[in-house]
Amino acid sequence: MQLQDQVHIGGSADMTIETIAEPVRKNYLNDKQGILSWLLTTDHKRIGLLYTFSITVLFFIGGFFALMMRLELLSPRNWLVSTETYNKLFTMHGIIMVWFFLIPSIPNTIGNFVIPLMIGAKDLAFPKLNLASWYVFMLGAGVTIYALFRGGVDTGWTFYTPFSTGYSTTYVIAAAMGIFISGFSTIMTSVNFIATIHRMRAPGLTWFRLPIFIWSMYANSVVLVLNTPVLAITLVMVAVERVFQVGIFDPALGGDPVLFQHMFWFYSHPAVYTMVLPGMAVISEIVPVFSRKPIFGYTAVAFSSVGIAVIGFLVWGHHMFVAGESVYSAMAFSLLSYFVAVPSAIKVFNWTATMYKGSVSWDTPMLYAIGFIGLFTIGGMTGLFLAALGLDVHVHDTYFVIAHFHYIMVGGTVMAFLGAFHYWWPKISGKLYPEGLGKLGAMIVFLGFNLTFFPQFVLGYLGMPRRYAAYPEEFQMLHIISTAGATILGVGYILPLCYLIWSWKYGKPAGPNPWRATGLEWQTSSPPPTHNFKKTPVVNVRAYDYEAMKEQLGLREREFENV
Amino acid sequence: MSTSLQFWPDSASSVAGEINLFYITMIVLCATIAIGIAIFLIYCAIRYHRKRENEMGDQTRNYIPAEVTWIVTPFLLFMGMFMWGAKMYMDIERPPDDAIPMYAIGKQWMWKIQHPEGQREINELHIPVGRPIKITLTSEDVIHSFFVPAFRTKQDVLPGRYTMIWFEATKPGKYHLFCSQYCGNKHSGMIGYVYAMQPADYQAWLTQGAPEGSLSSQGEKYFHQYGCANCHHFDNQGRCPDLRNLYMRPVQISTGDYVTADDSYIRESILDPNAKIVYGFQPNIMPNFSGLIPEDQVVALISYIKALGPAPGNQMPSSNGAVPKSFGTQPGIAGPNATSGSGSHRGQR
Repeated sequence: MQLQDQVHIGGSADMTIETIAEPVRKNYLNDKQGILSWLLTTDHKRIGLLYTFSITVLFFIGGFFALMMRLELLSPRNWLVSTETYNKLFTMHGIIMVWFFLIPSIPNTIGNFVIPLMIGAKDLAFPKLNLASWYVFMLGAGVTIYALFRGGVDTGWTFYTPFSTGYSTTYVIAAAMGIFISGFSTIMTSVNFIATIHRMRAPGLTWFRLPIFIWSMYANSVVLVLNTPVLAITLVMVAVERVFQVGIFDPALGGDPVLFQHMFWFYSHPAVYTMVLPGMAVISEIVPVFSRKPIFGYTAVAFSSVGIAVIGFLVWGHHMFVAGESVYSAMAFSLLSYFVAVPSAIKVFNWTATMYKGSVSWDTPMLYAIGFIGLFTIGGMTGLFLAALGLDVHVHDTYFVIAHFHYIMVGGTVMAFLGAFHYWWPKISGKLYPEGLGKLGAMIVFLGFNLTFFPQFVLGYLGMPRRYAAYPEEFQMLHIISTAGATILGVGYILPLCYLIWSWKYGKPAGPNPWRATGLEWQTSSPPPTHNFKKTPVVNVRAYDYEAMKEQLGLREREFENV
Repeated sequence: MSTSLQFWPDSASSVAGEINLFYITMIVLCATIAIGIAIFLIYCAIRYHRKRENEMGDQTRNYIPAEVTWIVTPFLLFMGMFMWGAKMYMDIERPPDDAIPMYAIGKQWMWKIQHPEGQREINELHIPVGRPIKITLTSEDVIHSFFVPAFRTKQDVLPGRYTMIWFEATKPGKYHLFCSQYCGNKHSGMIGYVYAMQPADYQAWLTQGAPEGSLSSQGEKYFHQYGCANCHHFDNQGRCPDLRNLYMRPVQISTGDYVTADDSYIRESILDPNAKIVYGFQPNIMPNFSGLIPEDQVVALISYIKALGPAPGNQMPSSNGAVPKSFGTQPGIAGPNATSGSGSHRGQR
């Protein structure tokens, strides 16, 4: 590869990030050709795209199950599928969306792609481990799909005992094995991120100069390394009890059914945060860039991620308020659940304050970010309803809970995922996506989402229980509204898929930094060369320092007419 | 097709009013804040909309008073929510002393109800309004959950142990009884009805009769059928503890600790007698009945033992530190702190 001399763009050398912004012909996409060059690549960017392809397919499989469920729920009686099939639909929807979409979604695609770029590294610390993690993930996904084709699973994604160990006649072990295997891929990627963020930051890129994205991904990786083994152990115990009739969870064999819930939620509550922390990471990038402002309250936002990661491990009991928990432990878990809400509130207020007196653009990523803040606020606030002991007793295991976590997971994480892909698309593909269609897609997703899930809050307080294939007639109108919303939401998801693929070939060239952002990933060409930077960048400035980089980025102070 | 649009559930229990009030308060509070945030977001997006492609925003990075305000204010609000929610939970979890004891057994996919007067119902529960009802719950197979939306209360029903739910209906009517914990294929068919009746109507309903006699008399039958009476003579001479006046009394067991003889303890002592041996008695004398006596017969036996006479005054020996004043365990059942095979570990560990 031809090395060019270092070029300074604007400003003096000691005030800027020293990089090259000239377009180079060779990039990571065309550096090597052929299918094997993809399947054997150790380039984090290509692996990020392999993951993107895989989880996009899995997302649409999981989404298809959701659509089938919504169609079935149009009628109070079973009209489309049997109860047995319905039970398998919600189980497979949950398993695929949680373990094969949400948890790997942002870290393994966008995180894989941009973390080394953002910290000025050539690749992740362990490139081969990174490739191995994708193969392990595919193996896990394959085993889960196998369970699906053999006849599916009907335990719910939560695998509650003793139903899963002694009563279900479906492919519980195959599905659990798929999840078990995918856990190793999660751990591999997380270890890789932790090592990379610790050891491979560019000279001068101290912790407090890091973009918030890196802080959140770091906290997220630490949580995943700590909690995934607990899930693995729990699933192994389910399999052992199911196969060998060893009494662990089933009281008929001398076990304790609630033990399973403790272990599962000790994993799964932190896992909930590992689904949304990467979304918060994305929003913490998009809002400053599209407001051309440093993120407001950098330290508070950075440490709120750490706070969520720590306190998130201490709140698992709030899933068990009606499971026969003592009044004292229920109170402790309720209190801790309110504690963990504080860091989330800090983030929302700081994102909002970042827009204040900014130079706010209405580009697609920003629309997704504003949508995220709104929906995450509703999702978070309804979490406060659920953390209140006396109210949780009523709404526990109802559609209120479903609406709440979909506001976080879909309204939050999926919006952030889409926002992230629009924001980094010029870097990934080197092309611009069609902005008009982008805005249209963001609006459709926002409207369709609210129409789908807001009625479910009402259903929940009315008392409609979860996981019902059929239901009393008085709930029907709200279900119909929800299904109508789901079809709109489906269109909203297919649209970006279509125009992003289109723009891969036909989009206008993006140039290295179409958003005039400050991050290191925007200082190299689009698409980046295989080794990311021609010369290792040296960082002298804090994240989002538009003031220091204004000449390099060609920016000037805003003239406020009458502020 | 039902085209009516319902937004608010029936409210028919003594706790429903306060839960509604809390819910509405939360909606008003959260909606105010959420709408405030939304208005501010939209204001910023419009007021500070980028006019020239090359302009940047104000470069303020922090303002400590604002930061402190939006850390402390939510925290204080959250603590208020916590306290109110916890207070309601205490009301929901602790039954009044005069509650009518009933039993409900969940199995795939039905509810079996047993009244103390001997009536048995399936997927139906008749209760009087204005009287607290305390239902001891257990399951024959997987976990179920006993949920009456109109009463705003629910409790998971676990196999192998007792949990408890109580409520006091305030309005006569017919209300849904749902299973709200996924329990297999026909989970969505595990639906019943609660019929809250005027006390006079309820008395009339009761007099329609229980062909097998009261629950305790059914228990007496089983007491002889399973041969319990062969050893448990009602004196202090036999090889087995005297069962008279046992219910809710502290019992010293072989480890020296005291446990309260509540429903959970008696159930455990019937099904797995060696789990806790009464002080001064030998283990391995009584056979293990685990898996041999169905749950509905166990509750009949407990009802019979209860009828043998309650402990006078329910007091506990205050001289013995091994029996702390327990919190959250209702008289008679394991209640919400049942986390192991029996909920009556008051004096243990």
